Amino acid sequence: MLWYALRRLVLALPLLLGITFITFAVIHLAPGEPVDLQAGDLNAKSSAQARQLLREMYGLDKPLAVQYWNWLGRLVRLDFGRSFAPDGRPVLQKIGERLPVTLLLNIVELLIIVALSVPIGVYSATRQYSTFDKITTVFVFVGFATPDFWLALLLMILFGIELGWLPISGLRSLNWEYLTFWRQQWDFLSHLILPILVATFGGLAGFSRYMRQSMLEVVRQDYIQSARAKGLAEGVVIGKHALRNALLPLVTILGLSLPGLIGGSVIVESIFAIPGMGQLMVQAVFERDYPVIMGNLVIVASLTLVANLVADLAYGLVDPRIRFVGRGRR
Amino acid sequence: MRGALLALLLASALAGCATKEDFEVSAAPRDGDRAYGDTLIRALPANISGLIPNITGDKYSHDAVALVYNGLITHDKDTNIIPDLAASWDLAPDCRELTLKLRKDVRWHDGQPFTADDVVFTYQLMTNPKTPSPYKDDFEDVAGVDVQDPLTVRVRYKQPFANALYIWGQSMLPKHLLDKYMREGKLKEAPQNFTNPIGTGPYKFHELRSGEKIVVVANPDYYAGRPYISRVVYRIIPSQATIFLELKAKGIDQADLTALQYQRQTDYPAFKKSYNKFRYAANVYTYLGLNHQDPRFADRRVRQAFAYAINKKDLIEGVRLGMAREATGPYKPGSWVYNPKVRTYPYDPARAKKLLAEAGWTSKNADGLLVKDGQPFTFELLISQGSDEGRKSAEIIQAQLREIGVGVELRVLEWATFLKEHIKKHRFAAAAMAWGVGLDPDQYSIWHSSQTGPDEFNFVSYKNAEVDSLLEQGRRTCKQADRKRIYDRLQEILAEDQPLIFLFFRDTMPAVSSRVRGIVPGAIGIDYNVNEWYVPKPLQLYMSE
Repeated sequence: MLWYALRRLVLALPLLLGITFITFAVIHLAPGEPVDLQAGDLNAKSSAQARQLLREMYGLDKPLAVQYWNWLGRLVRLDFGRSFAPDGRPVLQKIGERLPVTLLLNIVELLIIVALSVPIGVYSATRQYSTFDKITTVFVFVGFATPDFWLALLLMILFGIELGWLPISGLRSLNWEYLTFWRQQWDFLSHLILPILVATFGGLAGFSRYMRQSMLEVVRQDYIQSARAKGLAEGVVIGKHALRNALLPLVTILGLSLPGLIGGSVIVESIFAIPGMGQLMVQAVFERDYPVIMGNLVIVASLTLVANLVADLAYGLVDPRIRFVGRGRR
Repeated sequence: MRGALLALLLASALAGCATKEDFEVSAAPRDGDRAYGDTLIRALPANISGLIPNITGDKYSHDAVALVYNGLITHDKDTNIIPDLAASWDLAPDCRELTLKLRKDVRWHDGQPFTADDVVFTYQLMTNPKTPSPYKDDFEDVAGVDVQDPLTVRVRYKQPFANALYIWGQSMLPKHLLDKYMREGKLKEAPQNFTNPIGTGPYKFHELRSGEKIVVVANPDYYAGRPYISRVVYRIIPSQATIFLELKAKGIDQADLTALQYQRQTDYPAFKKSYNKFRYAANVYTYLGLNHQDPRFADRRVRQAFAYAINKKDLIEGVRLGMAREATGPYKPGSWVYNPKVRTYPYDPARAKKLLAEAGWTSKNADGLLVKDGQPFTFELLISQGSDEGRKSAEIIQAQLREIGVGVELRVLEWATFLKEHIKKHRFAAAAMAWGVGLDPDQYSIWHSSQTGPDEFNFVSYKNAEVDSLLEQGRRTCKQADRKRIYDRLQEILAEDQPLIFLFFRDTMPAVSSRVRGIVPGAIGIDYNVNEWYVPKPLQLYMSE
């Protein structure tokens, strides 16, 4: 199994290289350059000279292949370069200060989603077409159909303005520095409640649906029949025999959600004024901030590849039918 | 219309002597005893790009540190040039030499005295080839700056220069901290650009949390006296909807309202009690740009016909709910340079049709479109994505031109594509856009016939020899009365020619918490005297240290 993992990792390298090359080419195809924004696009006072200076500063005057080669050379030394955005700060620093809050939000969100969607899925599958199942079905469609920003605004109006229970936006109150330690924690937490609620709502719908579907398939299997025939209690049949198998597809989906953890939701972050990865990335795209886009991409692509591998390995652990064949034999 | 905002840049203020109608206040701010203390919370819709305004190009970065730095001169509420760090000056009659006397009581926020060396340094920084500043061109006509004595600076210009004084509104920067970074061309990496900007202004920088907030605190040693409000916090909130909700929940004290918010959503007693609403014309006008390389639009009669066919009152009502003023040319009504005695184009479709007939558009086809040489009169109107105002304007224009037999197809494009692939390469027939206007009336780069290349700003390719010569004279004349004559004539020609169809100047509508007093709106807006704003003791909301 170790051999298998190693082989997969080595194979991932050319794949990663390909992904970066294609992205690099594609983002340079988009019209507009980072220097436009800084020199002031339509600023009648900005000069062609200032523009040229910036182009040279960023190496944008060189051929694309050379630019890619230089970027790759720096990447090997784990140097992601400096942002082309007007602030010109190191990419890693920019990503570093945005990542923690996005990770926190997304991990909490994912945990809540899993914790809620598994029981909901199981319950509605074992009682298919019951009232509960019908209610959750409606709920799922509402969840899919509700736009994030609309739900967010409604919740902000209700809890922020009408009831005044929760803060509307941001991460900390203005008097945060003057609060006691525990009040600080509560202040921070209360700022996260609404964003997490909004983000969870949409995700919950999808996950509980997958769980229900997967459970429905499993409970129709022969071994569930035989478990019941043995006279096992229904709780044991579902909880022990069926659930373990029904969780398999969920492992794949969870694995694929891992890269999403650092992606961040643009809408949720913008509307709640949370300085996270989503906002950073969207701004980078609008500003044609190539180093930040590429830096973020390398991290996400690597994580996706690793997550795929982890999900595959996890199968082996959860599902005894799957065995890894090493040493080149398949 | 992001470009318009960018174009404002240096010109975040404007020109003119104001009359009473130029601005209005929803409720007269009541007085109370002046007192120190309290915090003012403002909203910034975007993250900032740096804390040295001389090298940043976006409006919000400038707003965030507007209270930290000073220039040698500034503008009063009626946009006249008044002393700031320079106590007085002497401008030679030929506008080629300027002597500036500096105030002697000014200190940088780190305690060092501000001297003539800092002025020379700021000039060197702005003109250093390694400094990536969008405002370099301002100093192109400066031949040299030298120190006469520690508090006197003499500036020589290469040629008579209309903006001789105006360019010294640029923020002064400390030589003792930034000299090294300027020489290495690494100003962006200087700590002053991210963690510790040092200026001479009424507020000292306190804290920056990227993407979250910027805090400045009152400078007790400010030369004009300690400002009343102890702290000013800029909260970064990207969503306009959230900014408005925060305002309603009193999470912020000051924010600009949209027309809809001003007219409909804030018109209830509780809001009126908690906030004062202000309104004044912004320095941006919206226009319909027509490419003169298209033979149809090269004909002045066609452009004049469009000006008659577009009902600007409808447009202002429909797009801005009335919160705008009709534009008769590229200068703001009420500014000193504005000439009210120019040809105007009241809504008159009959006259528009007559002008088009004169231009040869006489017959109509089955669809009711005008036809000339077998070709129906249709064109594509480009709009940039995300500009709600641009889209609405375009739709109204589309309907109104249809009435006179002209077909318009709308095409929405992403901003960078819109600008790079179409406007700058002159590949467009028509576009709905906006121009920001500066404090100074010089608009050489927009109207001069030499500025029609790719990447230049006369992208409609307007050419008029008399306009060219007026623009050249305008930049070389420095007496306001002489310049007034020149620009009056310029406006007459532009009104006659309609190189673009001038539509309207939109209004800016800030709301400020009613506990804040001392706000005196002027043609320049309300933000010019924040250091004199105050909150009477009983109304103070936030504890100060």
